[in-house]
Amino acid sequence: MALLEIDKLSLSIRDIPILRDVNLSVEAGQVLGVVGESGSGKSITAMAIMQLLPVGAQWTGSVRLDGRGLEDCSEKDMCGLRGNDIGMVFQEPMTALNPVQTIGEQVAETILVHTGKSRREALQLARQALNRVDLPEEQFPLDRYPHDLSGGQRQRVVIAMAIALRPKLLIADEPTTALDVTTQAQILKLLKGLVEQDGMGLILITHDLAVVAEMADHIAIMKDGEVVEAGETLDLFRRMEHPYTKALFKASSHIPVRNAAHVAERGQSVLEVSKVVRDYPLPRRSLFKAPGHFRAVDHVTLSINRGENVGLVGESGCGKSTLTRAILALDSVQGGEIRLDGSLFSTRGSGPDRDMRRHVQVVFQDPYSSFNPRHRVGRLISEPFFLLDNPPVGEERQRRIDTALENVGLEAADAQKYIHEFSGGQRQRIAIARALIIEPSLIVLDEAVSALDVSIRAQILDLLAELSDRLAISYLFISHDLSVVRAITDRVLVMKSGQIVEEGPTEEVFLNPRHSYTRELLAATPILDEALKAREARAQTG
Amino acid sequence: MSESPVVPKQNDAATRPGLIRVALQSPSFMIGIVLTLCFTLAALVSFVWTPFDVTQLVISDKLKTPSGLHWFGTDNFGRDIFSMVMVGARTSIAVALIAVSIGICAGVPLGLLAAARHGSLLDEVIMRTNDLVFAFPALLMAIMITAVFGPGAINAIIAIGIFNIPVFARLARGAALSLWTRDYVLAARVSGKGPARISAEHILPNITNLLIVQGTIQFSLGILAEAGLAYVGLGTQPPLPSWGRMLSDAQTMIYIAPHMAIFPGLAIVFTVLGLNLMGDGMRDIFDPKLRRAR
Amino acid sequence: MLPFLIKRLVSLCLSLVAASLVIFFVIEVVPGDPASFMLGMNAEPDTVAALRDSLGLNASIPLRYWQWVSGLLQGEFGTSYTYKVPVRELIADRIWVSLPLAALALLLSTLIAFPVGVIAAARRNSPTDVSIMGVTQLGIAVPNFWFAMLLVMFFAITLRWFSAGGFPGWDAGLFAGLKALTLPAVALALPQASILARVMRSSLLDTLGEDFVRTARAKGLSQRQALWRHALRNALIPVLTIIGLQFSFLLAGAIIIENVFFLPGLGRLVFQGITQRDLIVVKSVIFLLVFAVILVTFIVDMTYAIVDPRLRRARA
Repeated sequence: MALLEIDKLSLSIRDIPILRDVNLSVEAGQVLGVVGESGSGKSITAMAIMQLLPVGAQWTGSVRLDGRGLEDCSEKDMCGLRGNDIGMVFQEPMTALNPVQTIGEQVAETILVHTGKSRREALQLARQALNRVDLPEEQFPLDRYPHDLSGGQRQRVVIAMAIALRPKLLIADEPTTALDVTTQAQILKLLKGLVEQDGMGLILITHDLAVVAEMADHIAIMKDGEVVEAGETLDLFRRMEHPYTKALFKASSHIPVRNAAHVAERGQSVLEVSKVVRDYPLPRRSLFKAPGHFRAVDHVTLSINRGENVGLVGESGCGKSTLTRAILALDSVQGGEIRLDGSLFSTRGSGPDRDMRRHVQVVFQDPYSSFNPRHRVGRLISEPFFLLDNPPVGEERQRRIDTALENVGLEAADAQKYIHEFSGGQRQRIAIARALIIEPSLIVLDEAVSALDVSIRAQILDLLAELSDRLAISYLFISHDLSVVRAITDRVLVMKSGQIVEEGPTEEVFLNPRHSYTRELLAATPILDEALKAREARAQTG
Repeated sequence: MSESPVVPKQNDAATRPGLIRVALQSPSFMIGIVLTLCFTLAALVSFVWTPFDVTQLVISDKLKTPSGLHWFGTDNFGRDIFSMVMVGARTSIAVALIAVSIGICAGVPLGLLAAARHGSLLDEVIMRTNDLVFAFPALLMAIMITAVFGPGAINAIIAIGIFNIPVFARLARGAALSLWTRDYVLAARVSGKGPARISAEHILPNITNLLIVQGTIQFSLGILAEAGLAYVGLGTQPPLPSWGRMLSDAQTMIYIAPHMAIFPGLAIVFTVLGLNLMGDGMRDIFDPKLRRAR
Repeated sequence: MLPFLIKRLVSLCLSLVAASLVIFFVIEVVPGDPASFMLGMNAEPDTVAALRDSLGLNASIPLRYWQWVSGLLQGEFGTSYTYKVPVRELIADRIWVSLPLAALALLLSTLIAFPVGVIAAARRNSPTDVSIMGVTQLGIAVPNFWFAMLLVMFFAITLRWFSAGGFPGWDAGLFAGLKALTLPAVALALPQASILARVMRSSLLDTLGEDFVRTARAKGLSQRQALWRHALRNALIPVLTIIGLQFSFLLAGAIIIENVFFLPGLGRLVFQGITQRDLIVVKSVIFLLVFAVILVTFIVDMTYAIVDPRLRRARA
């Protein structure tokens, strides 16, 4: 008998069906990966196991933990199970901890709630739990507050809380999505280790096929509230019976078709950044000393040629966003200069004028905050016309709006709609249309596909590749996601602590990383194919 | 750095059609708007007609309890209280409306300016001045002004108006600051638009909902403040009737004519209640996610 | 913690200086010649000159401001023009009515609002919550001085439990004093308690939706335990802001309520000051009240740091 057995779980919230006949099972000491895109119902399944459902939720079917049916448990019984038999780790570590309690108190609370132990004993056990998640006492005493810790460290505290009582089942809902790749690799390793040591069952919920391919013994693929395919990891990837699984698999490792020859032909330089410095003032520490500053971008030099796609990768805090803002002249620089199409764009103490700004446009990450909700699409995408001395009017304006929309695969009629009528992927197309409309030389894509589900992401990548080839536009593609950068760029720059540590043709850097940091990044990045190959090899030898 | 789908953060609801239908389904909004309309109507009608002349003293009719003739009874000079309540509505609404307009007209531009120049000396000066004004409750301000210029409705308007400025400045700045980090504002900056144009095109239209809701609430607070000032003799002066002064007159008669105190008080309560319900209702309608209470 | 404290102290002092400048400007500079203003239109030129002299008005404006402020620092407000006694004495007599009244009202308001707000939040959308919300909506709409009159009608005139006004003085005993302040304090407190209860409720509801409350529930805490152990303390931050703001409303409200109950407090003093054009009294009382408001804001800021460990370091 499995540790957790979910049988025909159907769930609706205020009569809107969310889950339909979900069957899942987890064995002790095994990892079940639940994969799905947004809205697939994977998180609500987890909350159903915890019985922490939103108001108005009703469910049928059975959820059995160690043979005990949760449908027969009262709320009081569930309080006894949560934290004791089932632990849970959430996506957003920054907000998952109570900001006004020490980490020791919060971990000890799990123990105090469930056992009759004294406060002192509970704190001792909390210490042990924190040690187990690699937060040693010297650096992380019990009286630390969450705001002293980084995201990865906070996630470790949350894990410590969840495993303090060695539960039978651990549920981790996108536990590493909000973290950098290197931190993700550490957290995943930690989880895997804990599963092995304690013989726990782990349900790992994620949108990332590569992560489950590395981690999970069994996989369940969810779509629209249903499990469309499930099975042992290797079997499932070999078979891929359901078309959705295949589509997901293809989208995850999608590489858009590009005409790679074009770069050399159009050899002029579009963007030239030389020795750019960007400082942030630090808060004043004393009334008498001048406030210090933090150097977010430290003498960075890079260049982009016409039609070339250049990737800029790095983890959070490496300075890539700051550099982006400097290139867009949203912030002034403290040293060095930025040239666009040969003329000076910005340097210390001076920014671009309107004419110069015409050469660069931008697409941001979040499709939901990229548009003023009160304007129609036509007005939204024609905003850059403000940069032209003689902006087109009347029919000419309409024609260019239509062209821009058609270029990104939308219809001319969409210009009359408001932005809330579009999905995330469509919004990102509109953002690209806005960037294209004045035909800039350079488009900065700031995590432009990071917020999208994999299938939509693949479509947008295709669109970007096609536009770059056809219109000879250069991209500066900023991302934390190495696989996306590998798919679309010609050349890649790796940034760390405000400096470019490695630069070179994309394939070369990915195959032969020279800098140790690049190697570290690549090693930490889960790659679907390689994970599967490694698994095959293990299956054959084992 | 989240790779997961982003939750919609904007309240698109306000721009969606069907806003009126939503409004009709909100009981607090409906009660609120009906009450508010009643008092606005009473104030407007009082310009052309009241059951009795409020300036005429009929000593023989003094201190009549409510009856078919005098619905709310008469005061110690024989004036009809119902008529006085009608005219009083006019005073209250006028004073509070002008005071709120002062607050919006001065406060919102200041707040937008502070947000546009966030972190600058100007921002600091505006916000510190706001804090300073906050330390002078409207009543203290009115006392100071009255001590020097003598009492009157204008002083009440100025005192309440000044107190409203930092309220709107803070609200506008806070809301504007969160919008300034929105990507669409960054996109507008990339398109070369300056702070003034961005404030007008992108910021102001997206904070009007908030301003309307706060305006309603400040309106009701203004009515309460005006009544308080008039009650202690710092506001509207005779012969113009005002609810606050009617209550201060009633106080001396409290043993023999309690009805004099009841009706003007109820008028204040229902007007303020109406405005508050309307404000809360609007907040819910504009932003269904935020069912906050004040 | 120490840099935070110093920073707040500096800003406290700056606020006080700015407030004193505003008061000085409005009361001493705007009327032109305060002496002739205080004496009225028909005063003899000799008398005006004599008053100018005794008020020190012949000095330059910055010097006069400096004299006033240095007096304040030594606890000297000047001499009342009508009473001919130091304003300090006038205030000392009356502050022991106004201050206990405001403090009592604040205490009552907090004591009522906290449990009511917590109950409403814990039983969200239940009939209890709906009725609490209805009553508080009404409570906000009731002007406190009218509510005071209703209290007088009911408890003093009809039931005769309390006297309708007046204050026997603390010499008459603590009980007698408190009894005289009870109705005024209730009248002041209930409308404020309504506001506070609503803030408490909404702040608590916001906090209950936070991720860390979900984490607490995942640990096995019941809804009630999660509310008490995790949500409540985090919900207190906006509530503290409102309590700080309310103090200034209560002070202002106290001035009005003293009128309803004929209490010999600062409010009565300042209104007499206005009718008698005794600008020195008005100026002093206003400064004292503004000082109290600024001081309370400072205390609230300090309390934040106790409630929220992030502030102890981050804002320093």
